[in-house]
Amino acid sequence: MDGKAFRADFPIFEIEKSMYLDNAATSQKPKCVLEAEYGFYEKMNANPLRGFYPLSVEATKAYEDAREKVRGFINADSVKEIIFTRNTTESINLIAYSYGLNNLCRNDEIVVSITEHHSNLLPWRMVADRTGAKIKYLYPNKEGEFDPAAIDEAITERTKIAAMGQVSNVLGSLNPINHLIKRVHEVGGVAVIDAAQSAPHMAIDVKKMNPDFLAFSGHKMFGPMGIGVLYGRKELLEAMPPFMEGGEMVDIVRFDYTKYSELPHKFEAGTVNAGGAVGLSAAIDYINKVGFDTMNEIEESLTKRAFEAMKNIPHLHILGGDSAEKHHGIISFTLDDVHPHDVSAILEADGIDVRAGHHCAGPLLEYLGVNSATRLSLMFYNTEEEIDAFTKSVASIRERMGFND
Amino acid sequence: MESRSFYNEILTEHNVSPYHKHDIENPDIVLEGVNPNCGDDIWLKLKCDDDIIVDAGFTGDGCAVSQASADIMIGLIIGKKKEEALRLADIFIRMIKGEAREEEIDSLEEASALRDVAHMPARVKCAVLGWHTLEEAFGNN
Repeated sequence: MDGKAFRADFPIFEIEKSMYLDNAATSQKPKCVLEAEYGFYEKMNANPLRGFYPLSVEATKAYEDAREKVRGFINADSVKEIIFTRNTTESINLIAYSYGLNNLCRNDEIVVSITEHHSNLLPWRMVADRTGAKIKYLYPNKEGEFDPAAIDEAITERTKIAAMGQVSNVLGSLNPINHLIKRVHEVGGVAVIDAAQSAPHMAIDVKKMNPDFLAFSGHKMFGPMGIGVLYGRKELLEAMPPFMEGGEMVDIVRFDYTKYSELPHKFEAGTVNAGGAVGLSAAIDYINKVGFDTMNEIEESLTKRAFEAMKNIPHLHILGGDSAEKHHGIISFTLDDVHPHDVSAILEADGIDVRAGHHCAGPLLEYLGVNSATRLSLMFYNTEEEIDAFTKSVASIRERMGFND
Repeated sequence: MESRSFYNEILTEHNVSPYHKHDIENPDIVLEGVNPNCGDDIWLKLKCDDDIIVDAGFTGDGCAVSQASADIMIGLIIGKKKEEALRLADIFIRMIKGEAREEEIDSLEEASALRDVAHMPARVKCAVLGWHTLEEAFGNN
């Protein structure tokens, strides 16, 4: 079972013949998303939220309709809780600067898992450096699994923030965020969930999950680059100061007085990425049309196919979980004596695009004892032929690098 | 193999069985070269008698391109004058940029096996790491 039936939805596959297996970095974009963004600039381009003329009103409506679409996508209570940003990184920085710097002080603690992408790690180090708070890391076992008891122990009365990604961008592991959220709420802290890797693959219901903040990027879920989302609980967002000051985030500005706009516009200074938001809205429609069930069925089947073949390649070591089910489309690996950049260069010569390096998760690789790794990451539009070409190429690498076994 | 890659026999051999990847006794110059993006990391060690490089070696780790290139470079510069080594480094770096003449590339002997890296922008830094470190080593001396 694979994604052949969906290939035609993605114009890039007609032009670019390399096999794209770097989907955790960014997804490809279906035609409906490209057309939606094009259509915004073609038919309704005006600065949203500013003009009173019909074109601007239409642009504003398109932008706010996109916000409503995102609200429905994650089942938030109100569009006031949906802030458009550039990406996950900006969303988390917004929380760090606006919430973190203003609510933490010396000896408070921030609990972060060591598996985090730098974008859910460095903002917290910045908050710790500036406020005197302490960072406490959560460590998984070698399979990438966190012990709930260790989470309970790490999160204490001093914990003000606990941050965790729902799915690891290196290990593909699904993290126990529900447990973390429940635990940090017991001690009165807030939970920040990085959903960058999960939003393209699974339904998120913030009412059930109950995070205080949740961030994801449009470009990883078939939307355009440059549009991202921050969900925040209304009470928290209302109490937070703006992240950036400027146009279209104020109601009144006098010589000596500023009254900020209501949510969500308080956090959206300057001209917004309305075209991107409209594209993201189309991406959500596309996801709903295909359905997560269909996507997951294909992705699980492809992951299993890749995992089983990779398991049998001598000298190959998969990072993280010992079964395909634990990988959610992401399989990072090392090959004895061959540097990941050489692995990816040979794959590239065979027409296969994967990522090699530290995957913006330096501390995790350090913890796992590897300098860098090569990563295969799948999407439902990938095919069995692509997986087979990948595993065949990987299996040939050591010989092509001059090793005889 | 069917590969269009630049991993030819000379390169893989110098990577798998490097001749000069070892410490040397009482080096006169020791300099580290790093590619922060890739994590390639080499320590270049040179022993000189007046202007002549009498012995050299390197340690460290990184991708095949960085390691083989450093190994080939050392093989080429041992016994040569500092100026000659720097001249070869200049040619090598221009070769990787696609700017060297054929007869210049011929003078690089085995190092010319890396010429195809010129078509791989992402790997240029790996190929020139050892050579840049050599330039820096003499520049600082």
